[in-house]
Amino acid sequence: MNITRLFATHRKSLLVGFLILLIAFVLTFPLYGGAYPTRVLIVMLMYTVLAVSWTMFSGTTGYMSLAPAAFFGTGIYSTALLQHYLPFPVIIVIAGLISFVLAFLLGLVTLRLKGIYFTIFSFGLVVFIGNTINYVEAEIFGRHGWYFEALDRTTLLYTMLGLAVVTVLAAYFISRSRLGLAMRSIGGNEEAAEHMGVNTTRIKVLTFAISAIFMGAAGVVVAPSLSYSNSGIAFSVTYSFIPIVAAVLGGMGQLHGPIIGALVFGFLEKTLKATLLTYFMLGFGIIMVVVILFLPNGLIGLVPILRDKLGGVIQKLRKGGQAEQHADT
Amino acid sequence: MPILEGQGVTKYFGGLAAVSNVDFHVDQGEILGLIGPNGAGKTTLFNLISGALPLSSGEIRFKDQKLNGLKPHQICRMGIARTFQETKVFPNMPVSQNVLVGAFFGNPNRVSAADAAGEASQALELVGLSAVSTAPVKDLTLVSQKRVEVARALATKPELLLLDELMAGLNPAEVSAAMELVTRIRDKGITIIMVEHVMKAIMGISARVMVLHHGEKLADGTCNEIACNRKVIEVYLGEETHAGS
Amino acid sequence: MAEAERLLGLAVIGILAGGVYGLLAVGLSLQIGVCRVLNITHGEFAMLGGVLTFTLVELGINPLVAPVIIGPILFGIGFLLQATLFKGIKVRAPSPAAFEGNALLAAFGVMYIISYIARMEFGTRALPTHYLTEGLQFLGVSIQLNLIVGFAVAAVLGIAVYLFLTRSRLGRAIRATAEDQPTAELMGVNTNTILALCFGLGALLAGIAGTLISLRSDVNTGIGFNNTIIALIVVTLGGLGSVPGSFVAGIIIGIVSMMVAGLWESVLIVPVYYAMLMILLLARPTGIFGKK
Repeated sequence: MNITRLFATHRKSLLVGFLILLIAFVLTFPLYGGAYPTRVLIVMLMYTVLAVSWTMFSGTTGYMSLAPAAFFGTGIYSTALLQHYLPFPVIIVIAGLISFVLAFLLGLVTLRLKGIYFTIFSFGLVVFIGNTINYVEAEIFGRHGWYFEALDRTTLLYTMLGLAVVTVLAAYFISRSRLGLAMRSIGGNEEAAEHMGVNTTRIKVLTFAISAIFMGAAGVVVAPSLSYSNSGIAFSVTYSFIPIVAAVLGGMGQLHGPIIGALVFGFLEKTLKATLLTYFMLGFGIIMVVVILFLPNGLIGLVPILRDKLGGVIQKLRKGGQAEQHADT
Repeated sequence: MPILEGQGVTKYFGGLAAVSNVDFHVDQGEILGLIGPNGAGKTTLFNLISGALPLSSGEIRFKDQKLNGLKPHQICRMGIARTFQETKVFPNMPVSQNVLVGAFFGNPNRVSAADAAGEASQALELVGLSAVSTAPVKDLTLVSQKRVEVARALATKPELLLLDELMAGLNPAEVSAAMELVTRIRDKGITIIMVEHVMKAIMGISARVMVLHHGEKLADGTCNEIACNRKVIEVYLGEETHAGS
Repeated sequence: MAEAERLLGLAVIGILAGGVYGLLAVGLSLQIGVCRVLNITHGEFAMLGGVLTFTLVELGINPLVAPVIIGPILFGIGFLLQATLFKGIKVRAPSPAAFEGNALLAAFGVMYIISYIARMEFGTRALPTHYLTEGLQFLGVSIQLNLIVGFAVAAVLGIAVYLFLTRSRLGRAIRATAEDQPTAELMGVNTNTILALCFGLGALLAGIAGTLISLRSDVNTGIGFNNTIIALIVVTLGGLGSVPGSFVAGIIIGIVSMMVAGLWESVLIVPVYYAMLMILLLARPTGIFGKK
């Protein structure tokens, strides 16, 4: 029986099975996991939300957005400002809405332009918001940074899991919908798509804004586990690059790519950071460069490579077995 | 009855007029051939009609509605579809999905999934690609990719179809097959403008021909009129007849 | 009245500082325009320039001579990066869009690597690099000699680059490659060398800009990022591919930053740049001098 072919045809059910196992694992984790491992898991799930929602727009349309940090930071700040006044779920909704509007406006302004200007712009937005909030904080409120009221970490874990599940489901249903088809046509050839009746500007802006909702929500949910944050931390451009690295690592354009990439990256980042503290930045940079250079199709791209290599080995084994059989007769 | 009319159509790029003061019309149900040397402005004219480029001056009317200032997706929904000189398929999507895009979004009204699928398979059948509908388009030959473009455009249910060098790079047998396809499309009631360099195709199926040269309209009329037109022969056809089309 | 005079004086300082911004932007413009790499690392080259200037001065070398040594080093770094990393990415990329995305990410990775290595060597403290600080009193402000020298050097280099790009054969080859690489290759241009050359040149210009910056303000290993932002904004404002555009935009940004620092807070400089950028992109997306 050809193992690799088994894998290929049942790929979908294998993925679903994997996800269910993962969810079960996370749900039962508080029973045996300590404080730090729970933090790691929360971050892994958060990266999944960021990577999947980033791929939702940038992976399909081909417009590379560096804005995730802007919406993510908005989420963190929503918690910072509202944590004492409003219940957690409400803050999530508010941050999601603000992110949607912010992304919508940014999209209207910049998605009419060529891709590179959109990328520059989205990058600048993060720095812009970070700087502005820094100023407002310091001058008007006379403070630097915020402390977060700690929430029970099991609650946080489950909430982040819930958010991750919602994000993945949303990405899945969108990709199978008309909107998904329109987005892929834009990624395939924007001019042709426009000529086939696709209102490209509206589709791009709408999808971009939708993806921002989840990023904002992720910021809200992770905040209580941070204990402290300021504008430099919340709006750090690193949070814009992590989802991209995760998506590239896992293999863009598809759903399982960003999920796998985010989980792997989140795990590596948290565990490596603990052991290699000072060398972490160097390691991060090197990993990024290596991944880009040698795994342009991400980890998913490894599958065909492995399949070929593995298939070759299995072939040889089978031939060897057959030769033996013939030799006997 | 003209389905498409242009008056004084002009387009400047910087100081250069790519299309200069062109008046034209296309009658409903006919095939209009559009010929001219490279750089004559044919594709620019297509771009002006489809909304890809704005007019510098002049007017284009489709079924008596001005097209000036409308965006390509709006013009598509009004009933004009096109193919492209450099094939612009959606390379990583399967053939069926390419055509589905046209079926879903080319219709001004909301289309159900079932209806769209039906439109798409009809279009694929018309161009003869039903067998490969699941293949990713980038794996197909250029000839087939051009057909995918045609099917995709047909799925938008156009009344006017602009074909840009459909036959470029085809061998004589493929050209005949393409000519037959274009005739089939016309027989379904769709008006066609075709840009071509392959004279056999133009002369074979066009009802009328329009000749552009340096952005200006040199002549238009029936095939015979054009074939006998001195100016046209000098500029363009002369080379072609030597090539023995 | 004295206030107005002071503002005018600040504006003059802004113009002089802006020349260096222009130089910084020309380097980035080359990398983005020709190599199609959105080089997030650009500012780090400037940082290296400034930090290396400090090192050379410690060794007794005049800071104005430093570019002679720093230039080739940074040129080499840039050349190698393009010739190995970015070319490798391009070869493997399934499409130009994928290449641009991957190159951006790789540049980000390189940024981490460079800034880490710099931090290992020099720490995070401010390196005292003020030179030529005698100032001319003018319009109520003190205009330091280093500003004037910086502007002069930047202007000379800018003119040199402009002439090189527009008049020389190599410059023509560069512009051909930027416009249409495959065709240029067919016409006999060794485009791989051209790309590496441009990237190296961009890094060199950034390094020299770093030296010039170090003349008037202390540098540290963290200034890279801010300089990347400045370069990006100036490039977008001035139009990709235009040397005069980069300088005009650099001067504008210089004036604006001094005005904002003088009237409000330095922290607000970036938000103001960004607001300007947004307005400009709405009105004229290709920048002041860009081709429409």
